[in-house]
Amino acid sequence: MKPMINVALPKGRLGEKVYDLFARAGYECPSILENSRKLIFENEEAGVRYFWVKPSDVAIYVERGAADIGVAGKDILLEYLPDVYELVDLNMGKCRMAVAAKKGFRYHRDRTLRVATKFPRIARNYYNGQCRDIDIIHLNGSIELAPILGLSDVIVDIVETGTTLKENDLEPIETIVPISARLIANKSSFKFKSAAIEAIAAAMKEQVTE
Amino acid sequence: MNEIWYQPEEKAMFALRALWRSRGYLPFEMSKFEEYDLYASNKDFLVSDGIITFTDKTGRLLALKPDVTLSIVKNYSYSAGSVEKVYYHEHVYRPSGSTGEYKEILQSGLECIGALDLFQTAEVVSLAARSLHAIGENSVLAISHLGILAALLEECGVPEALHRHITACIAAKSAHELHLLCTQQGIGAEAEKKLQALITIHGSPAQALSKLQLLSDSKAYLEALEELTAICAIIDAMPFANNLYIDFSIVQDLRYYSGIVFRGYLPGIPDRVLSGGRYDRLVAQLGKQGGAIGFAVYLDLLEQTGDEENWDADVLLLYGEGEDPAEVLQTVDRLSADGARVMAQKSRPDKLRFGRVLRMRDGGVFDETND
Repeated sequence: MKPMINVALPKGRLGEKVYDLFARAGYECPSILENSRKLIFENEEAGVRYFWVKPSDVAIYVERGAADIGVAGKDILLEYLPDVYELVDLNMGKCRMAVAAKKGFRYHRDRTLRVATKFPRIARNYYNGQCRDIDIIHLNGSIELAPILGLSDVIVDIVETGTTLKENDLEPIETIVPISARLIANKSSFKFKSAAIEAIAAAMKEQVTE
Repeated sequence: MNEIWYQPEEKAMFALRALWRSRGYLPFEMSKFEEYDLYASNKDFLVSDGIITFTDKTGRLLALKPDVTLSIVKNYSYSAGSVEKVYYHEHVYRPSGSTGEYKEILQSGLECIGALDLFQTAEVVSLAARSLHAIGENSVLAISHLGILAALLEECGVPEALHRHITACIAAKSAHELHLLCTQQGIGAEAEKKLQALITIHGSPAQALSKLQLLSDSKAYLEALEELTAICAIIDAMPFANNLYIDFSIVQDLRYYSGIVFRGYLPGIPDRVLSGGRYDRLVAQLGKQGGAIGFAVYLDLLEQTGDEENWDADVLLLYGEGEDPAEVLQTVDRLSADGARVMAQKSRPDKLRFGRVLRMRDGGVFDETND
């Protein structure tokens, strides 16, 4: 009997694209697209069970085994460092983690740099690599406001097209790391369901476009 | 015969203690506190960052122990030709989980230190397999040999500064990240192929070992592969069903661990319940002679596996205001004689559930379960 693989999908635009990839890879579950209040969707024949989860929670579900596999952004993985396997780069949800600041900003080495961010670990690691002490201001949203209101000197945030920054007179000044969606797996589940999980990973990889 | 009810961690602890004693392992008991310095100088050997410290009456900085192995090695002295075999059941204090809050964790384990040979190494690995078997069904013992990893890194000319990054990719089974790294750092295609093999080769010894034979012929590589093959053969020959799983994603710090490493898993438990390996280099770093191999079992992970009981108590015995305490005691004794859990109360507690509800009244006992 095929083992059931529990899949945590990130809610939202990226999640729908990710589900589409699963479907094209042969793991469809059409009922998931119906507008219902159901939380869990199963395709017994294909051996998958999907559920929608807040994107920043996918890694927790997978790390704790509530999901065998899931899809999470590299930004979440770098920030929370869950102890999971990272099997495939899905090449979706592509963007970059960058340092951004008001136009014309210059670094001043005589003062502590104030960095506003949703990703304190990524920010700290980045500036540690430059031997720089920084003051981290951990915000949960609308990070672009911080330098505009003088709350911080720079921000460390995800940048896609850069439009939001531009519209607020900010500009990206350094790229930290490219980001994309990754297929992750629970290390324990992998030991017991490796054939099924590897089959899914391989099928997904086939569908990934460069 | 009354069946004694144990929690899963307790059952496991008794089973493990019996097993390890039967192989001549002696109990190692230690104090709750160690000098902080022991851990500070060997920080990277510890499972996680963060140690609870305090100053004692003489001003020494002490720690609530986060680890037992370091203390065992600290207290060990080399004796030519023999090994020290000890086991422990100790509480350690570490930050755990996503919040990183300090927890008291029950850790059991054993260490074999001294003049190690293939037999002693194999015996410890076999004890790991037996220990898993004793605490749960359908376990998997994942095994690797860091000598293979080290030999390939050397052969592929990977600069030492990159070792950590490359082994992190292998630990995460991240073939795409490994490819990116090799491309960026100018590690050639042939070399990358060998490193990628450590991600793709995994499974039963029958499946994996033959593929590993073809990967390299360097002396160091073949020696390590030979030891891995020998150990797998010994474990596979054991009388009970074994799920040995060769897996190079088990990566331990090469500064401390050098040979066989292994992790044990039980279905339904999302994290490894057993972890161990050969850590000769730590022994050398603490200025001692000899080799060392051991493993730890994380009993608190078994908590979730226990069967949930239907009731908080099998019987609720209700007694009235004027009831003779001696009579109530006698009734409780009588009802619990066959192992039933009996709670005596004057009135029914709100949030608890009971199998049966009995009331003492007019010299008798009446069943009010369905009232």
